[in-house]
Amino acid sequence: MTTVVVIGAGPAGLAAAQAARELGAPVVLLDASDDVGGQYWHHLPAARPARRQFLIHGGWSTFCSMRERLYNDSLCQIVTSAHVWAIDHGKIYVVVGEPDGTNRDVRVYPTGVVVIATGAFDRALPVPGWDLPGVFTAGGAQALAKGERVAVGRRVVVGGTGPFLLPVATSLVTAGSKVLGVYEANRAGRVLAGWTARPWELMSARGKALEASRYAWTLAKNRIPYATGRAITFIHGRDRVESVRVSAVDGSWAPIAGTEKEVEVDAVCLGHGFVPRLELPIAAGCRLNAHRFVEVDEGQRTSVPGIFAAGEITGIGGVDLALAEGAIAGHVAAGGRESDHALRAPLAQRRIFRKFALRLQVAHGVGADWMAWLTDDTIICRCEEVTFGRLCSVADTSRSAGLRSLKLLTRAGLGICQGRVCGRTVEDLLGARAPGGRLIDSVSTDRRPIATPLRLGELASAFVAPPLDITPINLKGRK
Amino acid sequence: MGSRLVPPHGDPVAPETSAVVSITVDGVTVDGLLGQTLAGVLLASDRLAWRTTSFGDRPRGLFCGIGTCFDCLIMVNGQRNVRACQRRAVEGDRVEFHRDLPFLDDQFDDGPLA
Repeated sequence: MTTVVVIGAGPAGLAAAQAARELGAPVVLLDASDDVGGQYWHHLPAARPARRQFLIHGGWSTFCSMRERLYNDSLCQIVTSAHVWAIDHGKIYVVVGEPDGTNRDVRVYPTGVVVIATGAFDRALPVPGWDLPGVFTAGGAQALAKGERVAVGRRVVVGGTGPFLLPVATSLVTAGSKVLGVYEANRAGRVLAGWTARPWELMSARGKALEASRYAWTLAKNRIPYATGRAITFIHGRDRVESVRVSAVDGSWAPIAGTEKEVEVDAVCLGHGFVPRLELPIAAGCRLNAHRFVEVDEGQRTSVPGIFAAGEITGIGGVDLALAEGAIAGHVAAGGRESDHALRAPLAQRRIFRKFALRLQVAHGVGADWMAWLTDDTIICRCEEVTFGRLCSVADTSRSAGLRSLKLLTRAGLGICQGRVCGRTVEDLLGARAPGGRLIDSVSTDRRPIATPLRLGELASAFVAPPLDITPINLKGRK
Repeated sequence: MGSRLVPPHGDPVAPETSAVVSITVDGVTVDGLLGQTLAGVLLASDRLAWRTTSFGDRPRGLFCGIGTCFDCLIMVNGQRNVRACQRRAVEGDRVEFHRDLPFLDDQFDDGPLA
């Protein structure tokens, strides 16, 4: 049976590996971290055991049992600290070792059957002062609380949009921070309309409602104000965050004059949704859909034969959807069929939680006029320190509607993060300013042929490394 | 003032006693817990910034915390461009403030659009 290579060991990747193993297919599971779990189950390292980690993780027991099963399975080779930096011409290029290290182990895997489950990262919209130390993405604050037991500040505000702001605020409280406010930029009407429409659908996903009420309870118990139609529109400070301006915003997120309130803080968490990690599926040639997620069919097959996708890269939907999609992808990748009995539950789950994903879009989309809170000297591209004023003046002077040329002229999105942080924002800002109101070249900032930086020596040796033999006989006992 | 380690006593997750890891930060010894990332050790000692940018000479520290943004680059044992949020602290690590390489004006001609 063909070995299934799974890229990413978050909920979707773990579920895929488990499903493929249940059908008997050998599995190679690659993850950049030094343990499995992904961002959702990002946890304390083995060197720092803690008995009650389940308190700060959803579904912790599900995770622990999946992890134990896979680690004890001789036909599942888990390769941690595996940084997949390219997929090209049937080869998966990996360096194994310390993050940003030197002389790491260079490996090449064949792309026979692959499940890509690389997840997503936070989108943070630029706000004047967001480059000050003490401003974090919501996910960053969450990662520090869960994976380090570090609280980002004593007096913290959380702003942006989406249900993810709630677990972040809860994590901060559990880590001992005083959360002075959680600001959801979408207005109550929109949020409520998104979440309460078609209540019968909610009946089949009672777990989600329970989870939401747990967060609500923690917020209420700790007297944390949760406000809708409010946004963090300015961050003050000289060399670190000192205070924020919170404004009421209209339905399109334009700040309403006269509503501003200043709050003294030492940390700010921003989260305006998520961006899928698409570089590997794009490199592999997978087609994207109109919403810029990986297009998959009923069996989670992408447009490239042998390559499957699961989890947030097919649409932002949360852990339950990721688990269901992973189970389907792993099963079909291992040679199973959608009609198999084993897939009845995951297929039903996927149906339910895809509807949740739609609710997210309705309730928590990014408002079209958020750029109204920018000032000319607001940094847009953090790496290359390109300001909003510079982007506008170049766009207006050049009259260009080509993203590629505008990127080259401004350097926005060309820094070391390869446009991960500002890419979509730069596209939005330049698109709005372009003659005709949109960019016309068909390039996007999602394409990154080299998916993670590596040292030049490693790059050189990758091209002479032969692909590894991952037939079962060679996998056994090689952990 | 700001960021800090959750005091283990009273932490609801009930951490067991962890081994200490000692690193130097610009020559000053800083203790962390074994298994912490360099960013974790720095933030737990209330250091928020450990890098300056090449254009604006602005302070930067951790932003995304999950290896995506590269804001938290630091110099470790003489090696530049290491993401502090991803690299675990190792006993004896020499960590230094990361000053981005200066930007040379003649590398880039702003031209008539500036």
